[in-house]
Amino acid sequence: MSAAGARRIEAKAVRVLVLVSFTVLLAFPFFWMLIAAFKQNLDLYTVENNPFKFNLPPTLDHVRFLFGQTRFVRWLGNTAFVGVIVVAITLLVAVPAAYALARLTGRWGERLGIAIFLTYLIPPTLLFIPLSRVIGILGLQDSLFSLVVVYPSMTIPFSIWLLMGFFKSIPRELEDAAMVDGLTRFGAFLRMVVPISLSGILTVVIFTFTLVTQEFVYALTFISPEARQMVGVGVPIFLVRGDVYYWGALMAACLVASLPIGIVYNLFLDRFIAGFTVGSVK
Amino acid sequence: MSAPARKASAARSPSALGIAMFAPAVLYIVLLIGAPFALAILYAFSDARIGATSIHFAGLENFRSILQSPSFRMAVKNSIVFTVCAQVIIIVCSGMLSIALEKPFRGRGFVRFLILLPWVAPVSLGTIGWKWILDSIYSVITWVLVSLHFYKPYSAPMWLGQPHLAMASVILVHCWRLIPFSTVIMLAGMSAISREIPEAAAIDGAGFWRTTFQINLPMMTPIVSVAVLFGTVFTFTDMTVVYILTAGGPFDSTQTIPTLAFATGIAGSDLAAGAAISLFLVPVLVVVAYLMLRIAHRAEVV
Repeated sequence: MSAAGARRIEAKAVRVLVLVSFTVLLAFPFFWMLIAAFKQNLDLYTVENNPFKFNLPPTLDHVRFLFGQTRFVRWLGNTAFVGVIVVAITLLVAVPAAYALARLTGRWGERLGIAIFLTYLIPPTLLFIPLSRVIGILGLQDSLFSLVVVYPSMTIPFSIWLLMGFFKSIPRELEDAAMVDGLTRFGAFLRMVVPISLSGILTVVIFTFTLVTQEFVYALTFISPEARQMVGVGVPIFLVRGDVYYWGALMAACLVASLPIGIVYNLFLDRFIAGFTVGSVK
Repeated sequence: MSAPARKASAARSPSALGIAMFAPAVLYIVLLIGAPFALAILYAFSDARIGATSIHFAGLENFRSILQSPSFRMAVKNSIVFTVCAQVIIIVCSGMLSIALEKPFRGRGFVRFLILLPWVAPVSLGTIGWKWILDSIYSVITWVLVSLHFYKPYSAPMWLGQPHLAMASVILVHCWRLIPFSTVIMLAGMSAISREIPEAAAIDGAGFWRTTFQINLPMMTPIVSVAVLFGTVFTFTDMTVVYILTAGGPFDSTQTIPTLAFATGIAGSDLAAGAAISLFLVPVLVVVAYLMLRIAHRAEVV
């Protein structure tokens, strides 16, 4: 075999090794959740047992406990409720704003867009203390509506940024033609631009919804009753009774709440990434 | 209407409409980001507490007591250590991973999905998964080490119970969560780099090292910077990982600026001191914002 051929095989082996080891490392916690979710307690809590195999037959007890005796389903419902309203608010505010920015001529459009994008970098951990007081004054303490009000401040900036790029790719002639046909500018926006931007709008919907499920700091700060938790706070804080961890049920909960979001997000990944690269990739 | 007048009104009317379309977004950002930020600064110079109805100006009192507290100094040190260590590991790992992932192969979509899970799954839930992996008694890592005879049964270290191991665990979870994000950003960057320039250089006689250091790396710099900047913000300002994994312990050894701000301001009811602590996130955010602007500006010019 030639030296070049040997080198090629070596390069391929290194590549496979890198891929396999990283995939195993990154996905391992989810595999571990899956195993723990179906193991009997006696199996989970015996130190000598090989944790990689089922030493006792698998059980559905943890899943039954999770859905029957905890507020898990309620938390999923709360998350979906907040998610849907926040998506609606985000779309109502971000779609028109992004369009206005995309059509704003000159450097100002670009600069305003970047300024808005930068507000996405301001983290909840900087604002949660004053906001907790504001939420109290508004009488929204312990209400899911505190999150409905606050979350759009995290989703609107990035959504405007994503949609702005999207609208810019739509030729102006389209609206001009619609306006010649008698539509107002706003009418042209609603009837021509919005319908052909549906995939961009769907991206914003997914982005907003995943952000609502991932957020932790505001949900932890504003809401204390167990029945009104979001899934991301309810599972880690309220599935623990005193010092007792229900690991089987906890792992089942993590898996059930993570996988659907993971699958949907994966479908839209390339569009989000286009937003994150700040124009440094063309 | 004369032609110039019509032109003028056409130029004016869309801008009025533009302002109307843009105003709600600005209002939202000003009310829910700008105003709370101003309030955070105000609180930091006051004596605000949860439950107290009146607020008084307290000058630099909060900052004086914070700067004297060992917990705070520990938190600043940890925040910097965690952020820097995590970024170095993340960039090295995601660099390797993105190169390995670049060429298409069978099952690439599924591999990408598995790799992405840590970034996509809710942070708090992924961290709980790690808490089980790092459990003091039933840790799988402990089991493997014991069965490989590195440790005798029951003598393995408690991963989250000893200061240095707890710090390493926090860094590990941050890396785990951000490597996927950084990898896809780099993949996007690599797909945009033209193959022609390195090939032309190779024809002109540039060797592997020269192509790597003088062509490939400089071309990757903007995209790697973007990954580092986002990673820095996501690690430095994150509270979830530490709060769930160690709650800042043992003995403040994993306390960070955000977790200390929460412990002081919300759990400890001292809004003023909590706000003052969280303001120490701002310098890093300002630097990141400045660098982001430079990258965006350069992208705009090119």
